[in-house]
Amino acid sequence: MPTFHFELGELPPAAEALRAEVREFLRAELDEHTPVQRVRSWGGFDREFSRKMGARGWIGMTWPKRYGGHDRSALERYVVLEETLAAGAPVSAHWVADRQSGPLLLRFGTETQRQRFLPAIARGELAFAIGMSEPDSGSDLASIRTRAERVAEGYRVNGTKVWTSNAHISDYMIALFRTHHDAAKKHEGLTQFLVDTKSPGVTINPIIDLRGAHHFNMVVFEDAFVPDDMRVGDEGAGWKQVTTELAFERSGPERYLSSLALILELIREVGKVPGERAAVVVGRLVAHLATLRQMSLSVAGMLEAGQNPNLEAAVVKDVGTTFEQEVPEVVHALLSVEPTIDTGTHLQQVLGYLTQSAPSFSLRGGTREILRGIIARGLGLR
Amino acid sequence: MNELRTILSDVVTRLFAERVTRELSEAAERGGWPAALWQAVEENGLTLPLVPEAKGGAGGTWGDAYVVVSAVGRHAVPLPLPETIVASWLLAEAGLEVPAGPLTVAPTQRDERLRLVRRDGGVRLDGTAARVPWGRAAEHVVVVDEADGRVTVALVAAGDARVTPDTNIAREPRDALAFAGAPVLAAAPAAAGVPRDALRLYGALVRAAQMAGGLEAVLGLATRYATERRQFGKPIGQFQSIQQNLAVLAGQAAAAGIAAANAFRAADRGDCWFETAVAKVRVGEAAGVGASIAHQVHGAIGFTYEHQLQFVTRRLWSWRAEFGGESEWAALLGRSVAERGAETLWPLLTALR
Repeated sequence: MPTFHFELGELPPAAEALRAEVREFLRAELDEHTPVQRVRSWGGFDREFSRKMGARGWIGMTWPKRYGGHDRSALERYVVLEETLAAGAPVSAHWVADRQSGPLLLRFGTETQRQRFLPAIARGELAFAIGMSEPDSGSDLASIRTRAERVAEGYRVNGTKVWTSNAHISDYMIALFRTHHDAAKKHEGLTQFLVDTKSPGVTINPIIDLRGAHHFNMVVFEDAFVPDDMRVGDEGAGWKQVTTELAFERSGPERYLSSLALILELIREVGKVPGERAAVVVGRLVAHLATLRQMSLSVAGMLEAGQNPNLEAAVVKDVGTTFEQEVPEVVHALLSVEPTIDTGTHLQQVLGYLTQSAPSFSLRGGTREILRGIIARGLGLR
Repeated sequence: MNELRTILSDVVTRLFAERVTRELSEAAERGGWPAALWQAVEENGLTLPLVPEAKGGAGGTWGDAYVVVSAVGRHAVPLPLPETIVASWLLAEAGLEVPAGPLTVAPTQRDERLRLVRRDGGVRLDGTAARVPWGRAAEHVVVVDEADGRVTVALVAAGDARVTPDTNIAREPRDALAFAGAPVLAAAPAAAGVPRDALRLYGALVRAAQMAGGLEAVLGLATRYATERRQFGKPIGQFQSIQQNLAVLAGQAAAAGIAAANAFRAADRGDCWFETAVAKVRVGEAAGVGASIAHQVHGAIGFTYEHQLQFVTRRLWSWRAEFGGESEWAALLGRSVAERGAETLWPLLTALR
């Protein structure tokens, strides 16, 4: 009946040896980082840090050496991911490229594209953004309308992408455009492209989020030209590729660790000898955290074994984001502490940041409702 | 899955699916002892997975035992099989012979103690233990107490106890056993690493696995019902609200399964206190959420005694409270983590054990 299956994951000795190395590196690099800087992990865009990660060989780890990769296992990569997230390292200048743009090019790109982009990504020098959502197409991604029309030696693009995180500071975006329109077959006629964010005809406008921060953008294409050699995969293959890419996006440990910094501040706050109520709260959060790590590790094990854990990844993301969102609520319920922006204690600032960020956890990378629909399909209900 | 686990899995699934009938479950709830089922379980070698082959067991691991214990939950088996598995393991590890027949463990309650005392030229057992699983049906009781400053495992005949019957809400026997100078049949220091509260710990461990199995069962039942039951002209499983709820149940079942399996793996590696505490808290919470969703999906039919869902959900509600509920284990876990400090949490979660 239930078609998903979580086997316990196990990390090989090589991966555990790597853990100590990564931890030591992060300890030195992030020595001065405050808890509120750490909780911004994903929001932290630091090209110098990403270049150092690249120099260590910790970006594009599983890719072949001929593309600048390191031929390491998915489980070794998993250790690097979970350690960098747990430490709250500023990862967003390389995260998207390492997680999905690079693997996408490796799988569907041309040999020229791989040679051109992958080594630079692995060095931590190229930041990527993702152009999927549009003003009228969110969860219903297949309804996108941004058109890429064939012209001499390439395509002319018109339309608008939204929620494009870090487009304003990224080098490239991988965008999904419509190359053919047939109202009855909306999943067909979609194609992915590499877009240089500095191209003429591409305008990037900020969208300020509820925290007052600038990560989101609206990217407007007005007769922007994209050359033939920047098309990723075949014309019309975009839907299949983009669902593969979303599976990469959903499978990592980033879907349960966003609130770790607040759990750590809570433990500091309640002290060595907490009262009964505080002890119960801490223990419960730790039980959820420890279980989610095992679930996430299980997905990593399936990836390593060459399986396709799309369904399990959706389960982990749903359970994980529910947990991440619960942490600020639970802390608020336990402690009489006001959330702040940049005043007050570390706990207050971390709580302030996470309380405001939490709504995004079950939106990014596929909404909770979409994920639960995927899980329901796995159960045979649709 | 290794070979032994595959065999075990096939055997328990076939045996329980065939033999744990509605009639058998109802008879057990009326107080009957399913002797024939017990005999079949014993004959199939399911009672002693952790006992060495030289002592008549299967010579397996906790990972193998997980297959059996979770199946007890999945099929709502009315037998003290998890209790027998824990009790026989404690005996064998202490170098004691394992008697045939159903075993149970006592005491099970926090701050309760059965005392091993030297008297009349032998070792005797004194004290009362409340809510002992299957106390009336077990042939022997395995007790853990401190004697001469050492954690000691002792075996007594259940027949030497005065039994006051009681049950949990699943109508499984949870009887008070009063011992007044009962002769100890065998006793020995527990194996290294077995803590004084071993019964509480390993009781929580097996209950977590039983609940994980039970959650798989209610997910299966609710999913099947949603595809069969039609309202408004279509199967109710085609409504998004039902799909979303079943997806939540699937997530809870998955979390429960991995938390419980991880605790059994830790038991094979040695000290499983942390992983068991994690499992009892996480699985217990999943049991509450999962039972609730499964009932909601089933509607009124699932609220009847006639429907099989309640055999599992009443067990989930009982088992989550037994050997320490979520708040008790969470408090222990929280204190342990707080004492070590925030800096050690992540290293603790990622430590190889």
